[in-house]
Amino acid sequence: MFGLGDKNSSNSLVMNTAHPDSLLDKGAQDVIGKPISRIDGPLKVSGHAAYAAEYGLANVAYGFLVGSTVGKGKITELHAEVAREVPGVIDVVVDYKTFLRNSQQGGEKKAPTQGVENVDYVGEPVAIVIAETYEAARDAAERVRLAVEYQEQEGRYSFNAYREEAKKPPYNNIPSHYDQGDVEKALAEAPVTLDRTYTTPSQNSAAMEPHASIASWDDDGRLTLYASLQMLSSDRQQLADALGLKLDKVRLVARYVGGGFGSKLGIAPESVAAAIAAKKLGRPVKVVMARQQVFEATVRRSNTEQRIRLGANADGTLTAIAHETICSNLPGEGYFEPAGQSTHFMYGGKNRLITHDLVELDWMLSGSMRAPGEAVGMLALETAMDELAETLGMDPIELRRRNDPDKDPEKNVPYSSRMLTQCMDKGAELFGWSERREALGDRRGDWFHGIGMAGAGRSNILMKSAAKVTVDGQGHAIVETDMTDIGTGTYTILAQIAAEMLGLPIEDVTVHLGDTDAPPGAGSGGSWGATSSGSSVYLACEALQKQIADKMGVEVGAMTLKDGRVIAENRSVPLAELVGDGINATGQVAPGLQAKLTTQASYGAHFAEVAVNAITGETRVVRMLGVFAAGRILNEKTARSQCLGGMTFGIGAALTEEVVHDPRNGKVVNHDLAEYHVPVNADVPALEVHFLDERDVHANPIHAKGIGELGICGAGAAIANAINNAVGVRMRDYPLTLDKLLDQLPPV
Amino acid sequence: MHWTINGQRYEAEPDIRTTLLDLAREHLGLTGSKKGCDHGQCGSCTMLVNGRRINSCLSLAVMHQDDEITTIEGLGQPDNLHPMQAAFVSHDGYQCGYCTPGQICSAVGMLDEVKKGFPSWVSDDLSSPSLNDQEIGERMSGNLCRCAAYPNIVDAIAEVAGLSEDQRQTSQKVSG
Repeated sequence: MFGLGDKNSSNSLVMNTAHPDSLLDKGAQDVIGKPISRIDGPLKVSGHAAYAAEYGLANVAYGFLVGSTVGKGKITELHAEVAREVPGVIDVVVDYKTFLRNSQQGGEKKAPTQGVENVDYVGEPVAIVIAETYEAARDAAERVRLAVEYQEQEGRYSFNAYREEAKKPPYNNIPSHYDQGDVEKALAEAPVTLDRTYTTPSQNSAAMEPHASIASWDDDGRLTLYASLQMLSSDRQQLADALGLKLDKVRLVARYVGGGFGSKLGIAPESVAAAIAAKKLGRPVKVVMARQQVFEATVRRSNTEQRIRLGANADGTLTAIAHETICSNLPGEGYFEPAGQSTHFMYGGKNRLITHDLVELDWMLSGSMRAPGEAVGMLALETAMDELAETLGMDPIELRRRNDPDKDPEKNVPYSSRMLTQCMDKGAELFGWSERREALGDRRGDWFHGIGMAGAGRSNILMKSAAKVTVDGQGHAIVETDMTDIGTGTYTILAQIAAEMLGLPIEDVTVHLGDTDAPPGAGSGGSWGATSSGSSVYLACEALQKQIADKMGVEVGAMTLKDGRVIAENRSVPLAELVGDGINATGQVAPGLQAKLTTQASYGAHFAEVAVNAITGETRVVRMLGVFAAGRILNEKTARSQCLGGMTFGIGAALTEEVVHDPRNGKVVNHDLAEYHVPVNADVPALEVHFLDERDVHANPIHAKGIGELGICGAGAAIANAINNAVGVRMRDYPLTLDKLLDQLPPV
Repeated sequence: MHWTINGQRYEAEPDIRTTLLDLAREHLGLTGSKKGCDHGQCGSCTMLVNGRRINSCLSLAVMHQDDEITTIEGLGQPDNLHPMQAAFVSHDGYQCGYCTPGQICSAVGMLDEVKKGFPSWVSDDLSSPSLNDQEIGERMSGNLCRCAAYPNIVDAIAEVAGLSEDQRQTSQKVSG
């Protein structure tokens, strides 16, 4: 497994077989899993962590994007001259062919769709104004925006008007259509059936840091782009492809990223515009998207329409599951919202139909947002399960327990690890589930209270990822990878893994992230970051352990590493002394057969109590509790925060978040944070998070599974089910706002 | 033009339309204050001006030449953190960190408002409000956190305010 050298080595692992023993369980440092505060914390809380737009390059010019004013058409005249009336304007850069029509999807190696002469959505960036100051660039860009002439064309702006034209898209991570057994026959024969349609609106990731790029070219024609991105390795490929550059001519830097939630998986239009303008001007150009541009011209989560049909025996055993979904995207974009993703493996049932169809619309691009698929798919599935339980007169936990399969119901392979029922049982006990009453049975003053629950499941993914770890002459470790930390805690958990493996205090580990000059990491997305990047650090450290053992003249297993000392055979030698000038190793992990031989996912259970106002119909979340099993928890503090974040996204999806498209031109009407309602502090009560002890030996050598998106999966459905328990009203059109409820409340 | 920020005098000649936020970020190298919306909707840009918290993106730089301005950089430094900054670290009151400087400046300003007797929408007693978790949540709702560290932010602020568990849980009524 090792390619051993004296000073450096590499260690790679393809997950073809289970990895029953993890060296993390043998470490003596005892830092793994501990709720250590983020090592990047002091920089963040003091304002010293530099985000994309905060690199102080000399002689930087400011760029401001010009967005289209029409939904569909062709530019006939772009009056750049109006910009010159504004003092301080340097240039208006127009490159119809090269500019990006839209952002790229995550992990793609090619440029996203290019070409902006033909406009496909309102806000499509068609030009960029460059000025000496931000104020001049913004002012001139607005003048240019209103001076572009278009030959307008008829567009498709209404989902309902075109939903009949939905087509089957190509495979995209999961098959768009899946059919097993005979669903229609099973439904016809089932003693109990349910047939419901749920809808979810477009949503926006709304990361607090807007998309931003500073482009700077050196004399050798190499571009450095300081940007706010999640997956640097593939983003670099996309940018190089878009600009026609060799890969080694592009360097991306993203040491701190102010949130992503999917919206920064691929490069966005400002990156190429900044690069082209900087090249043309011969000086660095900084482009920060305005919040409105983030809403209009990056990426949305698609709206969905989801029909769920369930067939069950009288004892609740599912005989049929049909989950048929429709979503929307720009013409030519194959990405579909995989809303049925977790329906494939959550529950048993012999006859199954899971489909995804796509409607072409002239709305902005749709793509991945936190837990693509499950986040909205489980709003439907987990509400449907609650409705079925109600129909059966059965406790919703009991219904799920009876349909918790012992192997994957489609692939006929075992689950790598699965603690869904344990999560539900633990949650029920902690939350006080047994005190649940009938609808309208718990009124306190003007408020009806109710409680609800939902299951959570999120696919676990391993991605190819590499990291280099060095132990320097002082006995300190340095971790290097182009992996990112978008708030997920990457800096800290990678330090914990290295500290545990090398027997170092956490203070003696330095982590450098977010620079493509370092080995290519997995990037942040799909909840794979900690497990993939963490495994690469683990593997590098495993190779270092071997080197250290060789220097000590002992077998690896006979050696203890702790507090910077190497202890074996009654000797205790400082690591610094042993390594001389320093040693290093590279670790690389890649997915293998285990991904096919087992079905891998993280699981959980959500419990929510809501209060619904008897007079206004307003819903408030009173308390929420989640129990999660995601393999080894690498840092209890940052993992808990990930779950808090996911659950809060669930509150938003259930109650407030909706991107509204103008039916006349597709424009995002509510394109800012005053009109697109993300949960605020007062919307979020004290949330409780609990973890079950679990190890997943099939997932990776660190035995952890993804957790970044698990908290959102099912969270909103628990709230919907709690509303139903409070007032006996089932709303199926998210978000569940008071206007959809008011006329169904009991008379005041 | 000149400004006094974190006790230090700065001079610059920005565009007359430059906001206090852009002055700090683009002209003075003080990038701790963040721009999340530029419309006073997210609170990432919160600074303390003469002790009061404001959205610095909604205020022109030229208006503040005679004011005492405090940004996150003035509250504390990485090796010398303000108690509120330290509490945000220990309670994990952030994730990506982008809204964090605004949250912290806002929290410091908010505690001072409570001390001075400013009531809020959820105050039981308008003449002499007391702090609890619900008050903290209400008073901090001008600072969005998409990573949603809200429960941890409330924990951090409650600790700095010295609230007991009983004090934190007072007045936990459902409120519209």
